[in-house]
Amino acid sequence: MTSPTPLWRHPEFAVGARETRDVALGIGAWGLVAGIAMSKAGLGPVFAIAMSLCVFAGSAQLAALPLMVQGAPLWVIWATAFCVNLRFVIFSAGWRPYFQSLSRSRRLFLAYFTVDFTYIAFMRRFPTPGDVRAQTAYVAGNVSVGWLAWQTMTVLGVVLADVIPERWGLGFAGSLALLGITASLLVDRATWIAAAVAACAALAAFALPFHLNVVVAIAAAMAVGVLLDHLAPDRKAPA
Amino acid sequence: MSPWMNIVAIAGLTVVSVVTRGFFMIPDREVPIPPWLREALRYAPLAALVAVILPEIAMTGDHLIDTWKDARIYATVVGILVFVTTRSLLGTILAGTAVLLALRLSIGW
Repeated sequence: MTSPTPLWRHPEFAVGARETRDVALGIGAWGLVAGIAMSKAGLGPVFAIAMSLCVFAGSAQLAALPLMVQGAPLWVIWATAFCVNLRFVIFSAGWRPYFQSLSRSRRLFLAYFTVDFTYIAFMRRFPTPGDVRAQTAYVAGNVSVGWLAWQTMTVLGVVLADVIPERWGLGFAGSLALLGITASLLVDRATWIAAAVAACAALAAFALPFHLNVVVAIAAAMAVGVLLDHLAPDRKAPA
Repeated sequence: MSPWMNIVAIAGLTVVSVVTRGFFMIPDREVPIPPWLREALRYAPLAALVAVILPEIAMTGDHLIDTWKDARIYATVVGILVFVTTRSLLGTILAGTAVLLALRLSIGW
């Protein structure tokens, strides 16, 4: 695909960048907290920064870190991150009609940088698929500003945390962040029951080796959730 | 974990980011998603988060917290209260961390 003007000069790039700039303070603050928590999780600043720059997924990183520090097997670490990232799998089905005309490597390159806010803002700007060049430019503008805000503040958080004493327990900020995300997912009776089942399963299976209790909890909650949807549908629940 | 294992873990987590964010854009042809899988997917992130944070906020070693003198209890309760009233993730983190720091640094919980 050749084009006379580079992507960053397309007018939609500026639109995407501007919309992200308006929420950059929130992105940056969350990046700062995540950086402090990651540094305090016990991997040390170098790995924390490397992880942030490569993985670029705050909640998956915060979920994977305690497992890494405790020496859980790689597949459990990766499976946990995959599950925390499952919302992106669902988003990717939404991205598909917009970018299917691009090559696979371009699609995946673009997808790697898209975070929750990118999806929300993009779908607001482009309710239906259209000019793929304009859409790509918009995403590029959006993620450039978001990536910079997130990574700058994460690195700053890691560096700052390195001079804060361990006994302050600032790593707990990461758990509080995940707690808030968890609470935001409790939207109806079925999700509350699934969460309670997951907690009981995780506790009951705690003695299992390799942190398999996380896998047991996921399987149990998924099974109970689907059963509830079919046997006792909650009329208030969104379909 | 050894440094090499950390590098492998981080490399794998990067692949997870690409694969999850691009999941349905990987194939060139349309892929149907079975309805039961779509339903089950709704519960997986919640369960993974619950299982990961439970030991971090409510356990000491291999058992549940058995003392009131643990700052995490109060930080968690305040965090939940702030989230319920404001729905603000940042507020939740800041309020919970403030409580944790206050208790840790003043009375050593």
